[in-house]
Amino acid sequence: MLEKALKGSRGYWIWISFLLTVITLGFFFYLRQLDYGLGITGMSRDVSWGLYIAQFTFLVGIAASAVMLVLPYYLHDYKAFGKITILGEFLAVSAVIMCVLFVFVDLGQPSRVLNVMLYPAPTSILFWDMIVLSGYLLINIVTGWIVLSCDRKEIPPPSWVKPLIYLSIPWAISIHTVTAFIYAGLPGRGFWLTAIMAPRFLASAFASGPALLIILCLILKRYTSFDAGVKAIQTLAKIVAYALAASIFFVLMELFTAFYSQIPEHARHFSYLFAGLEGHTKLVAWMWTSAVLAFAALGILTIPQIRRNDGWLAVACVFVFVSLWIEKGLGLVVTGFIPSPLETITEYVPTGAEIAITLGIWAVGLFILTLFYRIFVAVRRDIDGTNGRN
Amino acid sequence: MKPSRRDFLKIAGMSTLSLVVPTIISPAWAKEKLTIPGGEPLTAKRWGMAIDASKCPAGCVDCITACHGAHNVPDFGNPKDEVKWIWQEKFAAAFPNESHPYLQESRKQLRLPVLCNQCANPPCVRVCPTKSTFQRQDGIVMMDYHRCIGCRLCMAACPYGARSMNYRDPQPFIRKINPDFPTRTKGVVEKCNFCEERLAIGLKPACVAACKKKALVFGDMENPRSEIRLLIENRFNLRRRASLGTQPQIYYIV
Repeated sequence: MLEKALKGSRGYWIWISFLLTVITLGFFFYLRQLDYGLGITGMSRDVSWGLYIAQFTFLVGIAASAVMLVLPYYLHDYKAFGKITILGEFLAVSAVIMCVLFVFVDLGQPSRVLNVMLYPAPTSILFWDMIVLSGYLLINIVTGWIVLSCDRKEIPPPSWVKPLIYLSIPWAISIHTVTAFIYAGLPGRGFWLTAIMAPRFLASAFASGPALLIILCLILKRYTSFDAGVKAIQTLAKIVAYALAASIFFVLMELFTAFYSQIPEHARHFSYLFAGLEGHTKLVAWMWTSAVLAFAALGILTIPQIRRNDGWLAVACVFVFVSLWIEKGLGLVVTGFIPSPLETITEYVPTGAEIAITLGIWAVGLFILTLFYRIFVAVRRDIDGTNGRN
Repeated sequence: MKPSRRDFLKIAGMSTLSLVVPTIISPAWAKEKLTIPGGEPLTAKRWGMAIDASKCPAGCVDCITACHGAHNVPDFGNPKDEVKWIWQEKFAAAFPNESHPYLQESRKQLRLPVLCNQCANPPCVRVCPTKSTFQRQDGIVMMDYHRCIGCRLCMAACPYGARSMNYRDPQPFIRKINPDFPTRTKGVVEKCNFCEERLAIGLKPACVAACKKKALVFGDMENPRSEIRLLIENRFNLRRRASLGTQPQIYYIV
């Protein structure tokens, strides 16, 4: 099937070469980071994680969200998702690959990465995260690829695939739960020390992932021969609406506990996010943008007449994606370090090199996704073409 | 030309000899190099330290200079890349929960030496994905700089800000390299090691040895007759953020 990725329109090749350019640029800056050290980024002694780990956290959510298609289709036999479940699995594959790359570029000594396996440390959540992420990657590559190959030959998938697919459902929940545990179990970081971290991660993941998938389906519908179908897209939109509502609700819970209890170790971080601390306000405008976008999207998605309009739906999905990217991919990680355990307020701003490397990895993910989707569209066209003739 | 059986045996024999001979002729000077200078190692069931910062003279940084000199701690000259093992903090920063506006003026001005708390229940050890941070039998929380992958999870886990990352190559920024202690490479985390390298040769930690006012007292917490035990039994003391359950082993006499 791979050869199908080698055929495409002029637009396809322009897009591919654009992505390759961004990847090359990112790679160039990564070589500079390898040479100089992580000091090339905006990270510091006080804020020791930044954009890389935040992208990792956000993308684990995108990867986990494939379960929102797999579960209705395979457990409830929801046929409308039949065609697009593979799109969800391929999205998960490219998201996990991005996750792995973001953790890799964040390492100070990347050449020693195998030490995680050579000296396994079962008390470390990062060790478990490596296990669940690699397992999830494998499950999704195998199931997605096998199911698509069988669809192509118009034969049912082999029976051993089914248990693997069922396994992928709890596994998806596990990857984001374990990722939340990286943060939620640290004694000195009041901002992250909350039992609602994993549920909050899952809620925002199940909103941002399907929102991205709707955007991708609308793009495919516009530029290719593949149409996911109104029913599938509208069901996805309802999933986004419910998950977004849960996500907003969970954040409000956090705000209540922090501000009503007024325990400084919890409240000060949220003050920094939404009002700024002692004149340090770098994230305030971002967070309010995120809040406004989230409520606007919720409004659009809950009114059926507006939601059924493709244009408005696209706007709502972009709002959801951007809003939750700001919340998780920008605010969540950095704010855990502000203020520091010694009450110092050190702000964080990513450097140009850091942004270039980040964009490079996003481009790798989009590149892999493009190839997968290109193959998918070609296979689908062949199937529908044959069926049309019969 | 194909080597004959005879040639092969010759080469094999010579090779074996070349391995054996040096160990027979040179034991005298080889052994001499292996002896450790100094006395018997200092041992304890659990090492701890008591700090009486009221004894610290204004502007004195002897403990910091001694430690950073002994351990090849670089000075990058900026707070972003900063590496530090022991440094000074105001009372309000070291003890945010014990601080209030009506605090004695002298206490507000106090500059407390802060360092790794050598926790009995260390979160940094728990989170390390490669076991490069580990705890010894005597309680010292140590690091293997050659195993660390630089993921910085330990920095997020430490509630005391005691850990530093080498964001760039530290070697050009070490004022005078001490050949008796390893320098670090870029991309690894480091922190105070309670001078395990000095304890091994019978010396007290560099900061304790450097303090002329005896503001730092080092000893075995499990020995009821040790100087440190008598001191902390008789003088009221605090530990930093003890409510977190980390069981810090640095006791501040107030």
